[in-house]
Amino acid sequence: MSAALLSDLSIFVLSLLVGFEVISKVPATLHTPLMSGANSIHGVVLVGAILAASTAHNPLGYILAFIAVAFATANVVGGYVVTDRMLQMFRRRPAPAPSNDSEAGPAK
Amino acid sequence: MSDFDTVVRLAYLVSAVCFVLGLHLMNSPARARHGNTVSAAGMTLAIVVTIAYVAHQGAITTTGWLIVVAGILVGGVAGLAGARKVHMTDMPQLVSLFNAAGGGAAALVAITEFVRVVTIHGAELSTRATVATVLDVIIGAVTFSGSLIAAGKLQGIITSAPVTFPAVRLMNAVLVLGALGSGSYLIWGDHRATLALVAFLVLGLIFGVTMVMPIGGADMPVVISLLNAFTGTAVAMAGFVIDNSVLIIAGALVGASGSILTKLMATAMNRSIRNIIVGGFGAADSTGVAVVGAGETVRAVEADDVALQLAYAQKVIFVPGYGLAVAQAQHELAALADLLEQRGVDVSYAIHPVAGRMPGHMNVLLAEANVPYPLLKEMDEINPEFARADVALVIGANDVVNPAARRTDSVIAGMPILDVDQAKSIVVMKRSMGHGYAGIDNELFTNPKTGMYFADAKAGLAALVSAVRSLVAS
Repeated sequence: MSAALLSDLSIFVLSLLVGFEVISKVPATLHTPLMSGANSIHGVVLVGAILAASTAHNPLGYILAFIAVAFATANVVGGYVVTDRMLQMFRRRPAPAPSNDSEAGPAK
Repeated sequence: MSDFDTVVRLAYLVSAVCFVLGLHLMNSPARARHGNTVSAAGMTLAIVVTIAYVAHQGAITTTGWLIVVAGILVGGVAGLAGARKVHMTDMPQLVSLFNAAGGGAAALVAITEFVRVVTIHGAELSTRATVATVLDVIIGAVTFSGSLIAAGKLQGIITSAPVTFPAVRLMNAVLVLGALGSGSYLIWGDHRATLALVAFLVLGLIFGVTMVMPIGGADMPVVISLLNAFTGTAVAMAGFVIDNSVLIIAGALVGASGSILTKLMATAMNRSIRNIIVGGFGAADSTGVAVVGAGETVRAVEADDVALQLAYAQKVIFVPGYGLAVAQAQHELAALADLLEQRGVDVSYAIHPVAGRMPGHMNVLLAEANVPYPLLKEMDEINPEFARADVALVIGANDVVNPAARRTDSVIAGMPILDVDQAKSIVVMKRSMGHGYAGIDNELFTNPKTGMYFADAKAGLAALVSAVRSLVAS
């Protein structure tokens, strides 16, 4: 096993552990935005798609790279925009009219 | 390593830190939006740096640049349009489509690399890259076709009922064997076997279809979470193929997130993940339906009775379920809550983990209807409060409020439920006496404290709003 593979594996395993640690603290209220936020993060595969396009030199390579770039960009852009759209709807109080809010404390 | 390489790698590290911070900030609704911005900034950095790196390398052809620009434009417009237009009730479909896009792109990255090295240069991938390619292609292909089927089921293009055919298990076994065979050949036989890779890809795509088709609509929260975890893993594998740390880190983070949500959803539905994937619930469904309406009587109530109870209660707990999401009645429910709050009634919402069609979906629907998030209570938080509630109003939820889950001899034994039966009075709003997903009678409905209000969630809640209004006016 090469040194490069070992360091990649270490990064992978440690990132998994960080992911478990960070994400287990997200309240259930935010699980949908969490999933769509995570969705946008895996759109980082766009980096791989651009690198693939940079080394493609034949029609098949170009076509595959084009689809990969388009898919990944849709993933990134759509993911962040829709997550933002959702999160801006989460309000502590109703937007316009004040009401007798007997549950003043934070949800969690 | 050149100076430029070093800068690129450091920038990727900064991006990865932004992703982790962004996810960390999601631990409170107040800071979550900020977290999303931090994550997006990290993403922008990673992409800009990659483009700069590609330009600096100078290996990219003019066609290559055109491909990148066109791909970004097409994908960007499609993603933006989808994200702007989607209704909140349709979020699960959109997330599924993004899973498909991410998984598909991850598989394509590995395939493109394979095409470049093997087909063009006639060289062969290292064993390490081949293993990563095999894993990336199979996970990516299953995610791609599986997510498209899931989205189709959620959208109603494909029937949401479990579709099974007699030989489905045999067929899956053949597919798995075929994939194992062609994958092994690539790894241990010939790293350049293009045909084996193509076969492998096709088998993966078919397997995605046969895996998701037999799964029913009610299991979708688990399926979407699982496919989300798959996508993350596929992206991490793509990172192994091209030796790119930011892909590995981001992929692992998403893999972890998807796994946690899958586990939570499966626990909340009292099912094992294996049980859902194998689709073993069909049998329980049919035996359950056979004992419909076994003699016990229920008490039916009308809108006016319910309105009276609600208007003069001190504490009301709403229990919205899948039925509310399907009827898109969240705005009517919020209007009813507003009306009651104006009368000084203490209103809160009990949210079961699987309410809605994906993890946390009900919270988003209610947030869209302008319900403040402090009123949305998780199961463990609200359960002790039911005993103090004058009225618990159940809208389109069934199995998650069935007290039978507390008995050991029930099909749903051990399933975590909302303790609705502890409330002083219970109103269940439902279209009919039909069964929930587990296909068993709900003992809550025959409880003497329970009134059954037979109505569609949207129309029924609208009727309640006007009934409460006329009570208040008179």
